[in-house]
Amino acid sequence: MTKFLTLLSREVKSCFYSPIAYVVLCFFLGLTGLCFYSGVGFLSRGATERTIVEAFFDSIPFWIGFILIFPPITMRVFSEEFKMGTIETLMTAPVRDWQVVLAKFGGALVFYMVLWLPTLLYFVIFQQVAKADAASAAGAYWGSYLELLMAGMLFISVGCFASALTQNQMVAAVISFCVITFFFLGGLLSFFTPNISPEFRMFASYCSVLEHMGEFSKGMIDSRRFVFYGSGTALMLLLTHQVFQFRRWKA
Amino acid sequence: MIKVENLTKRYAGVTAIHDLNFHVEKGEIVGFLGPNGAGKSTTMRILSSYMPATSGRASIAGFDVFSQSMQARQHLGYMPENVPLYPDMRVTEYLNYRATLKEITGTRQRERVGDVKELCALKEVENRIIGTLSKGYRQRVGLADALLHSPDLLILDEPTIGLDPNQIRQVRDLIRNLGRHHTILLSTHILPEVEMTCSRVVIINRGKIEAADTPENLVNAMRAAGGIRLEAKVGMDNGVEEIGKLPGVKEVAMETEDGWTIFTLRTDSRTDPREALWRLATDRRWTVRELSRRRATLEDVFVELTLGDEV
Ligand SMILES: Nc1ncnc2c1ncn2[C@@H]1O[C@H](COP(=O)(O)OP(=O)(O)O)[C@@H](O)[C@H]1O
Ligand SMILES: [Mg+2]
Repeated sequence: MTKFLTLLSREVKSCFYSPIAYVVLCFFLGLTGLCFYSGVGFLSRGATERTIVEAFFDSIPFWIGFILIFPPITMRVFSEEFKMGTIETLMTAPVRDWQVVLAKFGGALVFYMVLWLPTLLYFVIFQQVAKADAASAAGAYWGSYLELLMAGMLFISVGCFASALTQNQMVAAVISFCVITFFFLGGLLSFFTPNISPEFRMFASYCSVLEHMGEFSKGMIDSRRFVFYGSGTALMLLLTHQVFQFRRWKA
Repeated sequence: MIKVENLTKRYAGVTAIHDLNFHVEKGEIVGFLGPNGAGKSTTMRILSSYMPATSGRASIAGFDVFSQSMQARQHLGYMPENVPLYPDMRVTEYLNYRATLKEITGTRQRERVGDVKELCALKEVENRIIGTLSKGYRQRVGLADALLHSPDLLILDEPTIGLDPNQIRQVRDLIRNLGRHHTILLSTHILPEVEMTCSRVVIINRGKIEAADTPENLVNAMRAAGGIRLEAKVGMDNGVEEIGKLPGVKEVAMETEDGWTIFTLRTDSRTDPREALWRLATDRRWTVRELSRRRATLEDVFVELTLGDEV
């Protein structure tokens, strides 16, 4: 356990050592600030059923920005070690493969959660200033963050997987971007292609993070979503572990 | 300490090492030599449990490097080729991190990190960021890391590559000191180093072992073991046949330069015909300006074994 924590703290630190972290951080602060601002603007224009939390999380610019942050967070986790050769020192210390995979995943997840911290403040401020509830219920508020956490876990595991595939960070970023976009927009498929089979449509919307989010922000928390994200993350981490081992063994 | 049996490693399409067998006993310093691409790094990576072999077995301190790799790693300090390090960490920070991974914690960690910094002369750079260190210092950080858990065995892949002559000397002295308490397997291209430091060498070429013995035995067993050079004014008289008949002389070559005749003799290295040669020259009243012996070196052995059969 000490070993895992050491690996984890090294991962978190190396996230913050890289300049990319600060670019992402600034971008994300700007983006959420903008979304919040436009959400408030939208609400103040007239009476609406929507709450600020819904307006915030259910806006298109937010989602586009959201999927953009994962590739830069995760692209370096394995690629860089392979590129620099440090994977050899790391993996000849008495550590196990799964410890390294989980530490890399965990490190990126911690960074991701740090990204979200400032936004918690937005809604607190909103409640203070506007004297109105930020969300329709506490469930919607925490539900939104829970969804963000779960979606983040899935997408980070996808990013780790992509990074384990190649020692080229750009390639890793592009792969993870493509896969994440696919997951994300799965639900939109039914809008554009009206004559696909209903089973496929159901599957696509099951995978669509965009659809889930709308429901979460209204306070509908569906246990099937947890199964989806949990099993998806576990599967991606398992694949990451396999690829990581394979590359080292064949390399 | 190291036992390698029938070790084979195939990469996609390339057989990097083929059916290797060798062993290293406790206390030895063994030089692992071979031209680039011979399979040295591959063998060392397998020994360090970085990757498994295609077939065959290897063990370190009695632990199989694949099935008991955690125990094997505890007994081994490994420094990979080119010493990969995290450029964003500070020296002490890095060593502490590595110590924790190697299960050295608390006061023992402070002691060990202090010890290896002292041993590898890293005190003056302990707070520097690794990315800003010179190659020589980086090499020493890698060595310090390998030494952290006081392993019985050190495996060093080209520890002196890319260093300047002074740094090479420092690393050599360090390795020789370490040899008092550790068993060492190191690969290098600097053969005079090996003759000075290693008690035994294993020469590998194209994935196969060509020779494994002490440097002296290898040199002695070599076909063109030594050479003797005689420069003399011989006048009309040339004594090639007679020189050729001296005991121990295998071959004589002769050339002239400004009226001086230069004989180059190949001998086996156990006999020294210089005395007989001197007597022959004085009997015939040659004027001698040089009579010298050049011992065969490990380099000759290396070149002969890895270049093919021509001498
Ligand atoms: N990752 C790899 N994939 C394919 N072939 C490799 C790989 N690493 C090394 N080789 C090949 O294996 C052989 C031995 O390489 P190596 O062990 O690095 O030799 P050395 O360290 O003695 O220079 C070489 O022919 C090299 O091209
Ligand atoms: Mg090599």
